Amino acid sequence: MRVTVHLDVCEYHGQCAIVAPRVFTLKDRETLVWAEEPEPDDFDAVELAAAGCPTQAIEILDESV
Amino acid sequence: MRNRQIVIAGASLGGLRAAEQLRAAGWHEGITIIGDEPFMPYNRPPLSKEALRCAQSSLGDARACDELHASTRLRMSRSLGEVNWRLGTAVKKALLGDRMLMLDDDEIIEYDGLVIATGLRPRRLPIDGCAASRFVLRNLEETVRLRRALTPGARVVIAGGGFIGCEVAATATTLGCEVTVVEPLAAPMIAALGAALAQAIQAHHATRGVRFCTRQTIAELVADRSDQLRGVVLTGGETVRCDVLVEAIGAAPNTAWLEGNGLDLTDGVLCDEWLRVDNADYAVAVGDIVRAPNARFGTNARRVEHWCVPLDTARTAAPTLVATVDQNPPRGNPYAPLPSFWSDQFDLRIHGYGLFARADEYAILEGDVASIETGVVVSASTGGRMTGFVALGMTPTELSPYVATLTEQSSIHSSEAA
Repeated sequence: MRVTVHLDVCEYHGQCAIVAPRVFTLKDRETLVWAEEPEPDDFDAVELAAAGCPTQAIEILDESV
Repeated sequence: MRNRQIVIAGASLGGLRAAEQLRAAGWHEGITIIGDEPFMPYNRPPLSKEALRCAQSSLGDARACDELHASTRLRMSRSLGEVNWRLGTAVKKALLGDRMLMLDDDEIIEYDGLVIATGLRPRRLPIDGCAASRFVLRNLEETVRLRRALTPGARVVIAGGGFIGCEVAATATTLGCEVTVVEPLAAPMIAALGAALAQAIQAHHATRGVRFCTRQTIAELVADRSDQLRGVVLTGGETVRCDVLVEAIGAAPNTAWLEGNGLDLTDGVLCDEWLRVDNADYAVAVGDIVRAPNARFGTNARRVEHWCVPLDTARTAAPTLVATVDQNPPRGNPYAPLPSFWSDQFDLRIHGYGLFARADEYAILEGDVASIETGVVVSASTGGRMTGFVALGMTPTELSPYVATLTEQSSIHSSEAA
């Protein structure tokens, strides 16, 4: 799985950091960092974070790997 | 063996999340999604905020809707696979005992399992007249239409000071309109936020030019000879001159198509803790039409309109329906999410988690309601345990310890222990 966050859309609600804290981290008010290739244990959490992102900024580029 | 079919009535956020969660629950057979709007699922929260501000008023209606749709369209899970989308078609009637739906063109669709996700529609004021000057905000067309009316200098009255009313007030003010909010209670959003926070946010709006007429409703409309709105008369007697009236007085569940099936449709669709529709077989409900108990907060069935609800309900309802269609008992856990919401009004972000209204006790955990710009957190507790909190002007990083505390204190384990 590969993950990207469209920072032009992101409004830093931080829901992803709550749902998938091993993948998404808010460093401060407007700095989000994320693991582009999360571990398989985190796949479900990443899918939940993508679906639950209020601005739909998270895109999962490849679900199969 | 014939290919079985799960039909989802409703093609918005709830319908989409239901379909994705059906696939995640192992349903590899047919899925049909029926929606009355002609658009693939899109995200509604921006319609009162950024999308309303940016909607193109120079384009024709259809083009403007398409552009708005492109900017709000929901991402879909790639594992969704093949789905039969029936857009621009409403369900007219359900015959749940026969597992059949009748569409508005009288076509009959049979199903093995049904997801009810037809959502809400805006309530309207019980007053006639001035149709061309009156607006609601739920879909793309309504957003484009309202955006055209929000010209600089337009005098706008907003009926209802709830979250959508206050968001529209902020957006319209930003666009140069002169805005008055008419709110029946003592302060805007007071039912959700309590008096102290509601008054603080009212003051925040007021210093940015929004006028509030509280403890009043609109008694009558003042029209000119061509039925254009010229003002509204409030129940207190004052006449407020205006050109535009936005009705933001809440929303009602779209349940008319379900009548005659013996369901409890008092306020949405009554469901059990697995989100099975009460008194119906092979049917679940998803989204803000659901009235169901949340095991985290006891056995009272509640209907919640937060944006998180479609995903939360779909995660319980979809596996329940797959098990039911396969003649198995529900698996996993009953419905027990931690609800959350947000609202953006001017530069202020409001975050809420859990249950906040009607608690025994409220406490300020951080900050001062007299200066909300620098951040305030207020908790709600019942029986000595936190049930929810609301935060103004806080970053997610600052909120995360409160979310952790609330998650722990409102967990099903601790409620059983209490």
